[in-house]
Amino acid sequence: MTGDLDARSALRETVPTVFGYIGIAIAFGITARANGLSILEILLMSLITYAGSAEFVIVSLVAMHAGIGSIVLSVFLVNARMILMSMVVAPYLSHESMLKNIWAGSLLTDETFALSMNKLNYTEHQLNFKWLNTANLFAYLVWGGTSAVGGMLGNLISNPEKYGFGFALVAMFIGLLYLQMISDRTIKLTIQLVVVLFVAVFMYVGMKWLPENGLLLIVTLLGCGFGVVLKHVAK
Amino acid sequence: MSLSSYVLLVILGSGLVTWLSRVVPFVLLKEFKLPAIVVNFLGFVPICIMSALWMESLFIQHLGQLPSLNVPNILASVPTLISAVISKNLLVIVIVGVISLAVINVLG
Repeated sequence: MTGDLDARSALRETVPTVFGYIGIAIAFGITARANGLSILEILLMSLITYAGSAEFVIVSLVAMHAGIGSIVLSVFLVNARMILMSMVVAPYLSHESMLKNIWAGSLLTDETFALSMNKLNYTEHQLNFKWLNTANLFAYLVWGGTSAVGGMLGNLISNPEKYGFGFALVAMFIGLLYLQMISDRTIKLTIQLVVVLFVAVFMYVGMKWLPENGLLLIVTLLGCGFGVVLKHVAK
Repeated sequence: MSLSSYVLLVILGSGLVTWLSRVVPFVLLKEFKLPAIVVNFLGFVPICIMSALWMESLFIQHLGQLPSLNVPNILASVPTLISAVISKNLLVIVIVGVISLAVINVLG
């Protein structure tokens, strides 16, 4: 990761993300095909809904012929964390035009969000449209293209998870979490460690009562609140 | 190539709510500034979301009981974390992670 905010460094820095996307998107295509979706439907879902893990949720609900309203509500809950992520990134693009803001927001994902948070530590807390848009577009096109490839592979590969690709994105989050913690100078490392531990315990215990997708959002909100209190107390 | 109207409506409806979640903050924050307390709160979003996504992959949910552990993912997290400390390079971390889980799956 460098301090340059041009298209070239964006492409280079998005490669690990894209590597993770390829495995997951192929797994998604295969799963969707096995649940009766056509390749066209798989491609459209990845290009229009573009929602990563929520697309797996959609496929399982479509396979059960769930009502459209309840599917849309589930997707909203799974993706409500996007509101938080967009709120974090948006202030860095407020100097760009409204159209560019809308466009950059439209293609923001967990992964490009996490990347841009890491990038901030190298650029004296600056982001621009060119860097974010290049990272977003690269990730978006790979996700759409490889979902369709997964659909075409169809039943050739029966359980894609056994090749370890499913772990690519988890590994990416582990790496970005670590890099974020050691390079973010705005929050003390001990406070960050305590917050991560808090999130781990609440995710574990909370899984007893709440479906994991809703839980993820609630624990994130609790973790942020806890962090603010800790930071205040530590002052 | 078939496209059922049911699936199309699901795609469009889900796409709309996801798009709004992504875009509305950008539109609002272009015009308004957030108060300091909210900025402080949002400063914790990256580490909270990344650790929550990580934890989600380590536990297997059984509603009504505590989750069981996803042992292969927990084991694969160890070399992944070590490679993060040593290399500080995202591509290396991702490759080590994938190979670790593949090796664990083969041995298990």
